[in-house]
Amino acid sequence: MPTADPAIQLDRVSRHYSMGETSVRAVDDVSLSILPNEFLSLLGSSGSGKSTLLNLIAGLDRPTSGSIVALGQDIASLSPLELARYRCNTIGMIFQSFNLLPRMTLEENVELPLRLAEVDRAERPARVREALERVRLTHRLGHRPAQLSGGEQQRVAIARALVNRPKILLADEPTGNLDSSTGEAILTLLRELQSKLGMTIVMVTHERPLAEKFADRLVTLGDGKLLATASAKGLP
Amino acid sequence: MNPRDLTDLAFRNLRESVLRNVLTTLGVAVGVASFVAIISIGVGLQQLASRRLSESGLFDTILVTPKTNFRGMDRPNPEPESGKPPRPLDEDARKEFEKLPNVVEVYPQIRFFTEVRFNNKPFATVVAGMPDSSKNSGAFDGMQGRFFSSTTADEAILQIEFAKELSEQPSSLLGQDLILRYAERQALPSSTTSTDTSRNSAEAPTGGFSIVPRELHLKIVGIVETEPAAGYGGYGNGRLLMPLGAASALRAAQVNDLRDIVRDSASNKTTYSSLSVRAKSPSQVQAIEDSIKKMGFRAFSLLDASKSLRIFFTVFDLLVGIFGSLALAVATLGIVNTLVMAILERRREIGVLKALGASDADVQQLFFVEAGVMGFLGGILGVGFGWVLSRAMTFGTNFYLYRQNLNPIELTAVPWWLALAALVIAVLVSLAAGLYPASRAAKLNPVDALRYE
Ligand SMILES: Nc1ncnc2c1ncn2[C@@H]1O[C@H](COP(=O)(O)OP(=O)(O)OP(=O)(O)O)[C@@H](O)[C@H]1O
Ligand SMILES: [Mg+2]
Repeated sequence: MPTADPAIQLDRVSRHYSMGETSVRAVDDVSLSILPNEFLSLLGSSGSGKSTLLNLIAGLDRPTSGSIVALGQDIASLSPLELARYRCNTIGMIFQSFNLLPRMTLEENVELPLRLAEVDRAERPARVREALERVRLTHRLGHRPAQLSGGEQQRVAIARALVNRPKILLADEPTGNLDSSTGEAILTLLRELQSKLGMTIVMVTHERPLAEKFADRLVTLGDGKLLATASAKGLP
Repeated sequence: MNPRDLTDLAFRNLRESVLRNVLTTLGVAVGVASFVAIISIGVGLQQLASRRLSESGLFDTILVTPKTNFRGMDRPNPEPESGKPPRPLDEDARKEFEKLPNVVEVYPQIRFFTEVRFNNKPFATVVAGMPDSSKNSGAFDGMQGRFFSSTTADEAILQIEFAKELSEQPSSLLGQDLILRYAERQALPSSTTSTDTSRNSAEAPTGGFSIVPRELHLKIVGIVETEPAAGYGGYGNGRLLMPLGAASALRAAQVNDLRDIVRDSASNKTTYSSLSVRAKSPSQVQAIEDSIKKMGFRAFSLLDASKSLRIFFTVFDLLVGIFGSLALAVATLGIVNTLVMAILERRREIGVLKALGASDADVQQLFFVEAGVMGFLGGILGVGFGWVLSRAMTFGTNFYLYRQNLNPIELTAVPWWLALAALVIAVLVSLAAGLYPASRAAKLNPVDALRYE
């Protein structure tokens, strides 16, 4: 890959949880550069700090030490309100459990980030429709999440994450609740959207084969530390 | 988030847990309704009490006399402010009294003992001049006949006891004439000449006067069973009531006049031997009395003698306030409870909102608006319920009174200010109740809220 300014630059990032005497080093001294339009996969056993790292990049959590620079912006220097703006406009997130709001229709779920970003009301229906078109769910606009299959719900979550056209998509085990073929379909969709829209993807997963198939690079965490990074497609 | 999206989301959240939010709103409504109903009894009873009290004229009236008025004929002035002449009780003073806060009206006391002829038989009685305002004081509610047609009409309203003296069938007196025989004061020619310019006041001529017997025909227009002119200060009860204007035009010699003879005032202006100052309610009498005393007059009210009544009114106000507030406090707890429950239930949703880019302020405002909406709707409902409740209480009381052969009363009153205040209080209290849950929701850590369970 050509050397460019990294989309996300982690420099000796640590996140410690102190519980009385003991302190848990959920993320321990991690330095990592993630390039623009890279699809990076975070691997590691349970409790290795993958979600914690992802939340740090998302600005949902602040590092105990070290710095995170995303798209040239030092996250640590942002005020809580600026962090909210950053999440709203720069970051899109999807989760293992989809996290759609159950009493809202698909349309309303996808509209939510537009409300938070104070997008003009007149502009919203078209943006919602466009986002749902990308995940091929326009025919279910008025349905509620519970009426959809897991794979469909995750597609709605992707539409919601992308409706504000973020530069960075963070995915925490997006296939964890799906069977393997549906999981593959979701990742195929993510790759397709990445090449169409252009964005950096950081995906946490347990499933090494999936990561190897879809990611550009694999990064393995163990006990909060960076164990290995490898170019996925170059692996034997 | 812009306000429209905020209220949009707040309303949809309220609709999502319809049952709980409706119950909470009803809780607010019941609280507000109790508040309104309790205060309405307070207001109603106070109105009733002050109406009854002003019927007697005892507790909301201050009698003002100049300091020169001796208590006894040859007792010296008890407060000898030597050198400085005491202030005359004139038109200027009257205007000043009228400007005092909470003063309803100021009028001269006209009350004289005289003889009435009816069917050529003489009857002795006390005549009292009634100000026009007494029409609305409630003292004439339930009278036979009607109130005076004007303040200068030659008409009379009889107190029932006196009417019974005149005729076995008091109601037959309505429309008949009686003759009032009275002693008119006439200023002595040596004195000033301008006394005629002010016929409508019971002036005291400056140089002295002579007394001339006069007669006046009065038409009986009404009979009252109450005692609208119960007096104090040794005047006795008025049993023949005349319009104040007509009564003062008589320039009938009054008890006070004798005192005026000994006074030597250089002023040519109309002066009064006494003025009655009526306060809006008995609780304000003391303050008015104090101001009048500071102006250099002697003031007297029965309230001086009945401090306990004022204590009663103050304590009553307080109790009404406390019970009303208790009801609201319960409603407040309901809102706090509902919103705190909502936070627990909506932890994940709050986490999602924050992950999607909602700021702390967005989350806080969302909860705040929900609290405000419940308060507003609860307030409107509550004012309605409260009004119905207060009507029902009045109705129930009157039904009971009717069974006891008693006259109905207005037990409760919901004035517009009470309705408005209850609504404003409901919204404010709800917002206050939303304060804690809203800030708790805003502070919720999204990472914790989103952790997969
Ligand atoms: N709020 C917290 N307080 C204390 N310890 C925490 C907290 N959050 C996470 N940890 C600890 O930090 C470590 C990393 O947690 P994290 O959730 O990042 O793991 P993970 O790699 O995402 O695991 P999994 O694959 O099971 O999701 C764990 O040991 C966890 O117990
Ligand atoms: Mg995890």
